[in-house]
Amino acid sequence: MNALLAVDVPWWGTTIIKSIAVLLVVLLPTGTVVYLYLFKMVSFMQSRLGPMEAGPYGSLQLLAEVGKNLQKEDIFPARADRNVFALAPYIVLVSTMLLAVVVPFGPNAVFTDLDTGIFLALAVSSVSVIGILMAGWASASKYSLLGGLRAAGQLIAYELPLVLAVVGVVIQAGTLNMQQIVYAQIEGEIFGFGGLGLPFVLTQFVGFVIFMIAVQAELTQVPFDMPIAESELVSGYMTEYSGMRFLMFFIGEFATAVIFAFLASVLFLGGWSIPPFVTELLGLEIDSAWFNVIGPIVMLTKMLVLTFIIYWVRFTYPRFREDQLQKFAWKVLIPISLVNIAITGLLKVVL
Amino acid sequence: MTAISDRRQMAYVAAQAADARVNVELEAEGMTLNIGPQHPATHGTLRIVARLDGEQVIEAEPIMGYMHRGYEKLTEVRTYPQVTTLVNRIDWLGSFCNEVPFILAAEQLMEIEAPPRAQHIRTILFELGRIAHVSLFLGDLGVQLGAVTPVFYAFRDREHVLNQIEAATGGRFHPNFDRIGGVKDDLPAGWIAETRQVLQKLREFCDLIDGLLFGNEIFEARTRGIGVIPADVGLSYGLSGANIRASGVDWDLRRDAPNGLVYDKVDWKVWTHPDGDAYARSWVRLQEVRESCDIVEQLLDTMPPGPIMAKVPRIIKVPEGEAYVATENPLGEMGYYIVSKGGLEPFRVKIRSASFNNMSITPWLLQGAYVPDVITILASLYFILGDIDR
Repeated sequence: MNALLAVDVPWWGTTIIKSIAVLLVVLLPTGTVVYLYLFKMVSFMQSRLGPMEAGPYGSLQLLAEVGKNLQKEDIFPARADRNVFALAPYIVLVSTMLLAVVVPFGPNAVFTDLDTGIFLALAVSSVSVIGILMAGWASASKYSLLGGLRAAGQLIAYELPLVLAVVGVVIQAGTLNMQQIVYAQIEGEIFGFGGLGLPFVLTQFVGFVIFMIAVQAELTQVPFDMPIAESELVSGYMTEYSGMRFLMFFIGEFATAVIFAFLASVLFLGGWSIPPFVTELLGLEIDSAWFNVIGPIVMLTKMLVLTFIIYWVRFTYPRFREDQLQKFAWKVLIPISLVNIAITGLLKVVL
Repeated sequence: MTAISDRRQMAYVAAQAADARVNVELEAEGMTLNIGPQHPATHGTLRIVARLDGEQVIEAEPIMGYMHRGYEKLTEVRTYPQVTTLVNRIDWLGSFCNEVPFILAAEQLMEIEAPPRAQHIRTILFELGRIAHVSLFLGDLGVQLGAVTPVFYAFRDREHVLNQIEAATGGRFHPNFDRIGGVKDDLPAGWIAETRQVLQKLREFCDLIDGLLFGNEIFEARTRGIGVIPADVGLSYGLSGANIRASGVDWDLRRDAPNGLVYDKVDWKVWTHPDGDAYARSWVRLQEVRESCDIVEQLLDTMPPGPIMAKVPRIIKVPEGEAYVATENPLGEMGYYIVSKGGLEPFRVKIRSASFNNMSITPWLLQGAYVPDVITILASLYFILGDIDR
């Protein structure tokens, strides 16, 4: 195994391997497994069965949906700005997919090991606002416009607590590199006991909660789903979309939930690592290639737990009103996260 | 009571006026938004033309009649027994409740009284209809506010009630069970015991909704102080049912004018709420489902034996005269004004349906509301399109 992984491959070779790995290892499992998992989970919460017909136990539901939407007519509203209208879903989807670039899945299983990894992730995640605004504006529909404007206001407001929640982690880890953040959690100690490492959720619990709330708002999901708000704005900025473009928004929504769950598990739950005492029991080195195999599985597990929480909240709560949402962001989340940063910084200096 | 709601209303208006001043400074141009006739929140074909300033409604006008089916006219060419199957479709969720006032009015004209057992069965089915109707409201309320899950529970548990209605009458939605002089059939064997179990399930459902929605802070933030109807305004617009009881008016036709239904033999309570906002309206309805469960429970205990049909001529001719009978339907006061010229068919029927009057307050109520609140207000007023347009 080690010898296989140690083969010298030119950079373009690694790029191709990584690209295929993205498609096969990341997209397909997160696509089918997570899609089915979330749909079944939600269905059981609502006392129904969920997808049952497509494939055994509904396992091919995603393929069925893609197939269905591919056949559908791609409708442009008569007064739509065609180019902008057509481009918007791609921007949303690409900005989501780009997030995965910096997420480490193992000691070497990372697409790009940037020194400013978390910075890039947060920057890229806000690009989707542009796509949503484009969709809202170009649809030439009043409902879409209201949805797009709501989305812009909301995403900008919740970008701040998201970043500020991460700052606490960054201060504690002392780095912006996501790989280093994972290592900082592995090497951390709880009052001198290093057997569990130190997942930052223990020290940065406030940050974790704020991060998850802000993620919920970033995803435009209940209780922050005003941009879509089915009962008010029909479907918000997605109202006029049909067929494949609608599916791209739809997939973008799910994929963003998944990728933000990955980010949260790297930042707060120790990423791809398993508790160090388990590593010792197995007789493994933390840098060994085995973790390139174990890591993605660990990440997937943590992601499933976090997406469970995200979707649990989504299907339990009613939605806020737009002004209540802004008040919540500016008067509650941002002050708390600033205090959190101050305390973290203070403790970092003192300890 | 009135003072509280006045104060709330004034505070709400003042806050909105402050917002409006800011908007005037910005001189934003208004936008006309057509909510409906096809819109998820109007569950039917209601159209509301709202002139918006940003997200604030300057004025709103409900446009009704997209589903007008001409029932008042159609009843004139139906014999009396045929009318019940027609009026079932007015408020399609509480269909048995639509038959009762018509039959009662016809009985009043013919001077017939149904035997006690028939009156009991009528009242039980009437209340089961209310339970099925309003439990769906409780689920739908969540959907309008963005919580998708309650509606699935509502549909699941309403099904139990519908099963009981079907077992007794043969029809889930449109029983067509009420006859002049009594009811069509007696209750099937074992029905009473089964219904008790169903009532228990519905009580659990109410507790579930109580915890899931009414105990939720976001729900409270979205509904408290929204769409406040002061008692005098509500009365002047002719509101009825839970909408007016939520404004503190203690007025329930079941107690005040039972008209041949046996509510006076049951120990029950009329729920009111002083606030008159969306929360109060929803809360009153929740309590009424619980109260209805108790009413049915007591009626099942005291079910008298005896015939289910009074002596009625084979061919029903209603003597000349006029009668108006109204009952407290799930949506509010529903009444039929029957004018008979002594023939087989009514000469003229005026249907007073609750939703039409309840909707008439919307232009007043929606002024200054935000678009999300428009949906909350419409959901909490609780209308059925068939009941508006007839």
